[in-house]
Amino acid sequence: MTFSSHSDRLAIDRRKFLTRSAGVASLIGLGHSVPGWARGSHSGALARKGSDVLSGEHLTMTVADASFATGSRHGPAVTVNGTLPGPLLRLREGQNLVVDLENNSSMGTSIHWHGLLVPFLMDGVPGVTMAAVEPGDRFRYTFPIRQAGTYWWHAHTLQEPMGHYGPIIIDPADGDPHPVDRDYVVMLSDWSPMDPHTLMKKLKVGEAPFNYQKTTATDDYPLSGADRRMWARMRMMPTDIADVSAPLYSYLLNGHGPEDGLEFAFNPGERVRLRFINGSAMTFFNVRIPGLPMTVIAADGQNVRPVEVDEFQIGNAETYDVIIEPGGADAFAIVAEAMDRSGMGLAMLTRHAGARATVPPLRDPPLLTMADMGMNHGQMDHGSSGGTMDHSAMDHSAMDHGGTQHTPSAAGPAPMNMGSMSMRDTALLPQSVKVGPGIDMVSMNPVDRMGDPGIGLNDVGHRVLNYRQLVSAKMHSDMRRPTRLKEIHLTGNMERYMWSFDGKKFSAVTDDPIRFAFNERVRVKLVNDTMMAHPIHLHGHFFELVNDAPHGHQPLKHTVIVQPGGSAQFDLTANEPGDWAFHCHLMYHMHSGMFQVVTVRPLQGGEG
Amino acid sequence: MRAAPFLLLALASMPCTAIAQDHRHEAHSAGDMATSAPSQSHAETTTADGGAIDHDAMDHGAMNHAGMDHAAMANDAPIPQGPPPPEAFSGPTFAADAFVGPEKMAASRASVVRAVSGMPVFWFQADRAEYRAREGRDGYLWDVQAYYGGDIDKLWLKSEGEGSFGEPVESAEVQGLWSHAIGPWWDLQAGVRQDLTGAERTHAVIGVQGLAPYLFEVDAAAFLSTKGDLTARLEAELDQRITQRLILQPRAELNFAAQDIPELGVGAGLDSAEAGLRLRYEFTREFAPYVGIEQEWKAGRSADYARAAGEDPSVTNYVVGLRFWF
Repeated sequence: MTFSSHSDRLAIDRRKFLTRSAGVASLIGLGHSVPGWARGSHSGALARKGSDVLSGEHLTMTVADASFATGSRHGPAVTVNGTLPGPLLRLREGQNLVVDLENNSSMGTSIHWHGLLVPFLMDGVPGVTMAAVEPGDRFRYTFPIRQAGTYWWHAHTLQEPMGHYGPIIIDPADGDPHPVDRDYVVMLSDWSPMDPHTLMKKLKVGEAPFNYQKTTATDDYPLSGADRRMWARMRMMPTDIADVSAPLYSYLLNGHGPEDGLEFAFNPGERVRLRFINGSAMTFFNVRIPGLPMTVIAADGQNVRPVEVDEFQIGNAETYDVIIEPGGADAFAIVAEAMDRSGMGLAMLTRHAGARATVPPLRDPPLLTMADMGMNHGQMDHGSSGGTMDHSAMDHSAMDHGGTQHTPSAAGPAPMNMGSMSMRDTALLPQSVKVGPGIDMVSMNPVDRMGDPGIGLNDVGHRVLNYRQLVSAKMHSDMRRPTRLKEIHLTGNMERYMWSFDGKKFSAVTDDPIRFAFNERVRVKLVNDTMMAHPIHLHGHFFELVNDAPHGHQPLKHTVIVQPGGSAQFDLTANEPGDWAFHCHLMYHMHSGMFQVVTVRPLQGGEG
Repeated sequence: MRAAPFLLLALASMPCTAIAQDHRHEAHSAGDMATSAPSQSHAETTTADGGAIDHDAMDHGAMNHAGMDHAAMANDAPIPQGPPPPEAFSGPTFAADAFVGPEKMAASRASVVRAVSGMPVFWFQADRAEYRAREGRDGYLWDVQAYYGGDIDKLWLKSEGEGSFGEPVESAEVQGLWSHAIGPWWDLQAGVRQDLTGAERTHAVIGVQGLAPYLFEVDAAAFLSTKGDLTARLEAELDQRITQRLILQPRAELNFAAQDIPELGVGAGLDSAEAGLRLRYEFTREFAPYVGIEQEWKAGRSADYARAAGEDPSVTNYVVGLRFWF
């Protein structure tokens, strides 16, 4: 790409310049003590790949401007303690933690402890729980470690996509139920030489500017002419799987691009734990290790009943711990394919250094389906009129939706009839949703898609994880039935690149948060009125996916993917007082408005 | 041209689209919602496929599940929607203010609100910047636009003009418009147009710009000049991807006038029509050279004016140009 070579040149020139000016500075006694924020430059030392390990009760984490290179790409980055990803925090359940965050970078920063139960003032979200730590400033985090498992930390600013993130492992106080011979973190991320603000602007003004897998007159997509006309009529794209992908991104495993040769050693017969963390800005990954089944033992840090799969999709900010038992070959490929299949991250499990397994080619890009449009899947009988109702004779435009109960039988028209159906029947929305230009679609029948393996993984010929397979290993202490249902709609406009909850950006609801009473047990229903999958993250809590798991064993998560055109429900015990961010973890969706605050009151909690 | 019927279709669908965008049945009262929404979630629970979980393999022994089964759970009464309990409204508006300092938090909040609510952007696009080879003197044309603003309101600038080499600029105009989103795909635009050549005129402008069904980029505007002349212009373009980078773009433009404007050579009714076909190659999305052909016709009385002035009312241009944006 031209822009990467362009920034290559810029970055190299800047490095030369910095080297020289540093030399001059040392003559007058400043040396390398001039921090990035004082230089006013984005460039800095080349980031080392992979994390150093930090343990103990008092840690220092230093943010700095940096540069990063992988493959043919080179550009600005942000490091914490000099590496990308930043340090791995290896902690113990029950310990206390003090972290001094020092900002030597040129931008405001923060650290959010993703998945950790912390007092809200320690949650690290500028504008909600703290003010951003300005260049040259520092901030002390201090909180007890109340849990065990795999988590991560990241900036809650636009430094995050530049490299400001890292893994957290917390060892359980009472021993791990899954003894293993080796324990590795596999932190997935996406990195681009393009400045996040520039990237954001291009998403806003361009028309899916980073997608080079669009439908064309010469493509191989299994779409009929009628299908293509239907999509064009809706002003939508069936290839709208990822807003930003391989034309711009390099996919990293522990900071290593596919050509960087990252290896994880094993000996045959060993049990190896891989802790997958999706720390990417905009990428869902399909993870598989061809030839090796994976036993999922934890999701979002919380143990689940072991379930064996061949592949799983991991949304932004989710974590999955798996156990593998490699053997029978010298090497296995860990393949993290971007959901739109434009590229992949890659590492090798090797019995001896340098061993290589065959890397599978990228699979064909997937397409959005009727279900992703909010049409009830399973009821689609293309071309014929379903059931006892004669849909072809129905005047859908004249249907009175006002008083209609929207049962599945009323919402399964064949695609050919869709011309007369509104893809944006705003009468289907509750009053809480503000209708406006920011909503380009309303799901006609947003069914629960907990059992969905994720876009493109419905028929890949092997076992793929879905949320219905997750069952909490431990029985929950709070098994009350929720007393209240809170419905929240995920809304957006792809053309304008606007994203929101209930049609309202944060600016519209700054002083009107989503409110829960302390210790209230609430069922939250997320309805996705868009054709994109959104990984929705609630800070400061775990919630239980409503997924048909046995009573008391709904899986705990901090981030849930809501599939396109579908819905997902979680039960929440709101027992962490304070203001908490609640947002889509796709970086540029959050920055386009899909961000609100959840507040749990009274602030004194049970003591007040 | 194949674009012509689509254009009419786009025209026909445009007004109803704009109107339909904000229609909303008010029949859902809060009470309705409280009963209807949970019943839907209830239905989903019962139809959900529990088969993916191997219940037999689970260790239920350690727990007392005697009276439990999933059907019984699903048959429980629906969970009601409702407002949060009163205590959820207790305390200060912003929880962190008392600890961090109200002013510090207010400033931080303001900058985050800006950052996560769609920051204003500036965009410039040269849709057509081209050399035009034709009978007689070759010419040039520019057609550019720019905006600055947020998701809903923008300041929108447009300029277009053309001429022949070696002659004064034939026509040139700039428009300054306030643009307001009136639906998912449409902006209402109103402002001023200044003509920079010939009988220099100022016009009031009102129009719509946006994306019609079938992905037509449409720009339609009416102009009322300070001389009282009413004219209108309708432009439509369609990107047809041949490959990921090679794009064929049919384009059509129609100009109308409500009255004769002899000094401008404009006749009442359909004044002129243009139909073009441009083939561009996107080296990047932002930078795309093109070649193409465009046919221009003067119609009706405008054609008569043209002939009287010794001009050909029908001109074919072979064009080469650059489309770019930043």
